[in-house]
Amino acid sequence: MTELEAGRAETLVPARDGAALHRYRDVLIALVAFAVLASLPLLSGSKALLDFVIRCSAYGLFATSLNLLVGYTGLTSFGHGMFFGLGAYSFGLIMQKLGVPIPVAFIATLAITAVIAAVIGAICVRLKEIYFAFVTLAFQMLIHSTILSWASFTGGDQGLRGGIPRPTFLGINLADHVHLYIASCALLILGLLAMRQIAQSPFGYTLRMIRDNAARASFLGIDVWRAKLTVFVLAALFASMGGMVMALFVSGAYPEFAYWTISGEGIFINMLGGVSTFLGPMVGTVLLLLLNDTVTRFTEYHGIVLGVVILFFALGLRKGLLDFTAEWFAHRRDAGEGR
Amino acid sequence: MDLDALAGCLSSSSCLVTQTTSGLIIGMLLFLVAVGLTLIFGVLKIVNFSHGAFYMFGAYFAMTAYQLTGSFALAMLAGAAGTAILGLIFERVFMSRVYGADVLMQLLVCYAFVLIFDDVVRLIWGPEFRSMGMPAAFQVMPLFIAGGVVPPYYLLLIGVALVAAIVLGIGLSRSRIGKVIRAAAHNPGMVSALGINTGLIYGGVFALGGMLAGLAGALAAPVRSLTPGMGFSVLIESFIVTVIGGMGSILGALIGALLLGLIRSYGSLGFPLFTEGLMYLFMVIVLVSKPTGLFGKEAA
Repeated sequence: MTELEAGRAETLVPARDGAALHRYRDVLIALVAFAVLASLPLLSGSKALLDFVIRCSAYGLFATSLNLLVGYTGLTSFGHGMFFGLGAYSFGLIMQKLGVPIPVAFIATLAITAVIAAVIGAICVRLKEIYFAFVTLAFQMLIHSTILSWASFTGGDQGLRGGIPRPTFLGINLADHVHLYIASCALLILGLLAMRQIAQSPFGYTLRMIRDNAARASFLGIDVWRAKLTVFVLAALFASMGGMVMALFVSGAYPEFAYWTISGEGIFINMLGGVSTFLGPMVGTVLLLLLNDTVTRFTEYHGIVLGVVILFFALGLRKGLLDFTAEWFAHRRDAGEGR
Repeated sequence: MDLDALAGCLSSSSCLVTQTTSGLIIGMLLFLVAVGLTLIFGVLKIVNFSHGAFYMFGAYFAMTAYQLTGSFALAMLAGAAGTAILGLIFERVFMSRVYGADVLMQLLVCYAFVLIFDDVVRLIWGPEFRSMGMPAAFQVMPLFIAGGVVPPYYLLLIGVALVAAIVLGIGLSRSRIGKVIRAAAHNPGMVSALGINTGLIYGGVFALGGMLAGLAGALAAPVRSLTPGMGFSVLIESFIVTVIGGMGSILGALIGALLLGLIRSYGSLGFPLFTEGLMYLFMVIVLVSKPTGLFGKEAA
């Protein structure tokens, strides 16, 4: 719905200028958002608040990358969490065993993720709908089982313990809480900006066409398999970034990071925030983490509370919060214009 | 990895009998859960992510009924009938609202109920492990077949699941109700135009699926420990079964369940830590070579 509105607005300006304008606007918004987040430690001394934002960065990167698959391409992955876990474990293992500088480990982890995602994706993306969902789930559980059974390398069900070394690089000391906070925010904003560019690029519109009518896209000469594989690998990279932020934050990696529930939460976050607006998953992330934190404080039966909230969104609103709001505003504007 | 243990077992008849029987009971329980899942998918086109909860409720209902009455038959009845009623209510009140909606919405409603049901069980029966115990009638000498030990209860379990498979198979292909159900799966609009209440059929199929999962839970209660969340691993495994066998195929569910049971039972000897991994590996191999599963028909 909102894409349609945007499309209508864009026809007023010549297309190329419109795209450039949008790009400048996105960069500007990103800079402002980063400035606001970065000034937070100056305004408030609350460590809990900074921790909350770091967790939001990790899950936000993961959930938004999942939406590249679910919302933009129509690929319902049930195993996207494997790349979150893969990022956390690869990064942690490289830092623990090789002791290389953090940026090197970061790049190496992205490279490892890209290779594994390309192999898994090549198998998965030719399957449709429910079969795609289950084969991704199977791969996720395969990786989870491997982590559990390869105890000599991964620490098994104990996880990667002993802390992840965080040597200073370029004057950045990630062992320092505020430095880690700023770095997480920077990764989040950069990741979101990159994903926004992907979503708004011609490739992003190709993905939407594949979602809406794969046969038509194929007739128009698009290699659907290759486009799906590309977005699968790209989404995996950003999920892996989220995993790295998480590994840095908890200074370790645990099998739960690669368990199917991470994927389930990712889907839930997307549904909570909305899948047809770019920032929907971010809104969902903040909502879910807030909900988790407050509910667990009041009752040990948070499954019931969470379940009822999900039911409210699924049966009541029938869409995520940001989607709902965006449509409500669009509807009101249309009514105002007398249409 | 412990390939010596696997090879040692394969060359001993007593070990073969023991492992095969244990593979068969795992497979048969899985079949009962998976066949309900595949039926619900085939007719309602819904992937019931909360199916494992019915297995869990079946086990808890059976345990409670057994503790109250001391009768094994009543325990089985409570497990099956209780979950059938639960399935009917669940379908009519909640699932029927998301028919035709996005697959994600349906999954989300089911996911919500997985969370809710697990907590409800914790509220009612407590968070700790519970056990029903083997009924006195089956606390007899085990059978010895070719040197392998087979408890009589295992035979009952395999028998019940086989009867269910045969009744379902024949019922769906031969009886009038079975034909109506298959027609509703194929073309609900036409069936409804002929004056048949499709809502009733959908509710009935969901109740039947819930009942089969509940029966599996009740049958498993004497041999497994009960805990909130016990439905989840069963759910994942029965998903693997239905996907391997082909969504919607009853024969596929049977073969898939037996294969998976045997993989589990022999895999636990050869790859004790990677048994679960073997199942996922098997699923990936099947899906890569035949994307619709072994007996799936629809083009993927």
